[in-house]
Amino acid sequence: MANHSPLRFKNRVFYTLVAAGGLVVLMGLYAAHMMEGHGHIITGMNNQIVWGMPHVFAIFLIVSASGVLNVSSIGSVFNKPAYKARAPLAGLLSIAMLAGGLTVLMLDLGRPDRIIVAMTRFNPTSVFAWNIFLYSGMFSAVALYLWTMMEKRMNPWSKPAGLLVFVWRFVLTTGTGVIFSFLVARQAYGTAILPPMFIVMSFAWGMAVFHVAQSSIYEWNEKLLDPYVQKRMKNLMGVLVIAALYFVAAYHLTNLYFARQTGFERFILLDGGVYPLVFWIGYFLLGNLLPLLLIYHPALGKSKSILFASLLIILGGFCFLYVFIIGGQAFPLSIFPGYQVTSSFGDGAIGLYQPSLPEIMLGMGGVGIAFLITTIGVRVLDFVPHELPKSA
Amino acid sequence: MSDTNEISNTSEQRRQFLKTSVGAAAVAIAPGMLMFDMAHGKSEAVSGKVRWGMLINTANCEDCDKCVKACNKENGLSGGLSPTDSQWVRKVELKDMRTGRSLALPMMCQHCAEPPCVDVCPTGASFKRADGIVLVDKHICIGCRYCMMACPYKARSFVHEPLHDQKPDVPRGKGVVESCTMCVQRIDKGLQPACAEACPNKSILFGNLNDPDSEISNKMRTQASTQVRADLGLDTGLRYQGI
Ligand code: SF4
Ligand code: SF4
Repeated sequence: MANHSPLRFKNRVFYTLVAAGGLVVLMGLYAAHMMEGHGHIITGMNNQIVWGMPHVFAIFLIVSASGVLNVSSIGSVFNKPAYKARAPLAGLLSIAMLAGGLTVLMLDLGRPDRIIVAMTRFNPTSVFAWNIFLYSGMFSAVALYLWTMMEKRMNPWSKPAGLLVFVWRFVLTTGTGVIFSFLVARQAYGTAILPPMFIVMSFAWGMAVFHVAQSSIYEWNEKLLDPYVQKRMKNLMGVLVIAALYFVAAYHLTNLYFARQTGFERFILLDGGVYPLVFWIGYFLLGNLLPLLLIYHPALGKSKSILFASLLIILGGFCFLYVFIIGGQAFPLSIFPGYQVTSSFGDGAIGLYQPSLPEIMLGMGGVGIAFLITTIGVRVLDFVPHELPKSA
Repeated sequence: MSDTNEISNTSEQRRQFLKTSVGAAAVAIAPGMLMFDMAHGKSEAVSGKVRWGMLINTANCEDCDKCVKACNKENGLSGGLSPTDSQWVRKVELKDMRTGRSLALPMMCQHCAEPPCVDVCPTGASFKRADGIVLVDKHICIGCRYCMMACPYKARSFVHEPLHDQKPDVPRGKGVVESCTMCVQRIDKGLQPACAEACPNKSILFGNLNDPDSEISNKMRTQASTQVRADLGLDTGLRYQGI
């Protein structure tokens, strides 16, 4: 009987977690309030770097929200029991991160009070507008899916619902990639490789987030994860990390292949100051090589090192997006090819960007929202796979 | 039908694809146009028979910024040059990397016939009037800045701070995006854009690209002119000579 009692946080742990999460969310809301009052002048963003830290956070959350569903898709679409047991938790994480990411995106708007405008006036040629539709649809699809899993009567429907989610999240991550693919005039973006790259990265990041959530929940409940499940999931994560790395390499190599992009690649990978540093140290070394070592080295690969690897993969994701989003804008547009250009508006010059506290707080607030929803969800509903407790 | 200004559009797949939804986009944009027109107490004379454009002769453009100053004054811009200040028109200094030849020119919204900013705008706040002028409806813009990401000419500014002392006929607002309006408020009164009027060397020629007899059309027929980044196939309403 004890084996099948739902895993829930102990009271004290639970309230501490909720308080901590709530505090972070409040800080984020306060930052948004400041940004509304003073304008974006209090952020590091400007007319050249128009998307900054909030977008790094929001896109990470949204992309991972799609990726984390990998776990449920493997469970319901491909019928793997170990994953099936984890599908509800994956669904919850997905909804939580989607909510966090969307809140950040919304609160970063110049006019967040007009969000209704964004929902009611729909410009069909805008990928951005499609994405608003895709994100809200994703919510409903995952909610439906969770319902079919948790409500016994609805169980037979969980497979089709899982399939819907499976398809929808592909479209969603493609949509996120397409936001950048459409920016044809920007050297960093405007390439067709972005949507598949985002899909594969979403798998890796989503797995990492799932791992962190799962390990924490087990740890705080003093339960032990089945080593067999652990091993399978860790191997899958390793493969996904390698696949994502492959796509990132392909992205940079395609850029290099087109002669006029070499300037941009030099900037991002070699002499662009903070961006190459974040790319090589943050993304490549800490976010990929080290986690792969932790996962595949025979002496390692235990639960602690897997948790550490997952955290590093998440860090790597943030580093990647920082370089991709902010570095991509910092490199000047090529308006007059063949000319050396200067102006009072930053033409021909590397854009300057210094992330400010309010925008980081806003981004963290999104993470806080995801954390709160997950914590409360896990406590209130039975979201955690049942396994033997450590003490049993 | 005059084809003087028809520039062969590169058949980008993307564009073709977007074209299919243009009808629906028009529906979304129409109310925005209405609002803008109302803001200006104006509804006639904006028709497809007219396509406003400018021809900029860089040969006469010298080391001055009278056009920039005139724009700031006309539209109530602060004239500040920090990265967060709005600059609707800016002077760009160019140096040909092969020959070393230098030149300068005013750069602003190119009033594209196929404007990426309008394509990507989620709310339809960015729109193109029937006379070719591309505007932002400041009542609908949510300040997402996607249009700034999409504009190949860095033509747009985001209002980063609360504004004071605004000009009544130039609607602006904190948290929304703005750019050169070709001085619609003047054009609709039959005047020229402030920059064109202010240039001491008459380097900026303003006129109707759709009228084969207009001065601008005549000049473009007889003299070489180019679009900036013509390879993008956006069919810009601004043309330059000497680059
Ligand atoms: S120049 Fe930029 S802002 Fe102006 S119409 Fe073209 S894309 Fe839009
Ligand atoms: S910032 Fe305003 S005008 Fe630009 S894309 Fe967003 S809603 Fe449209």
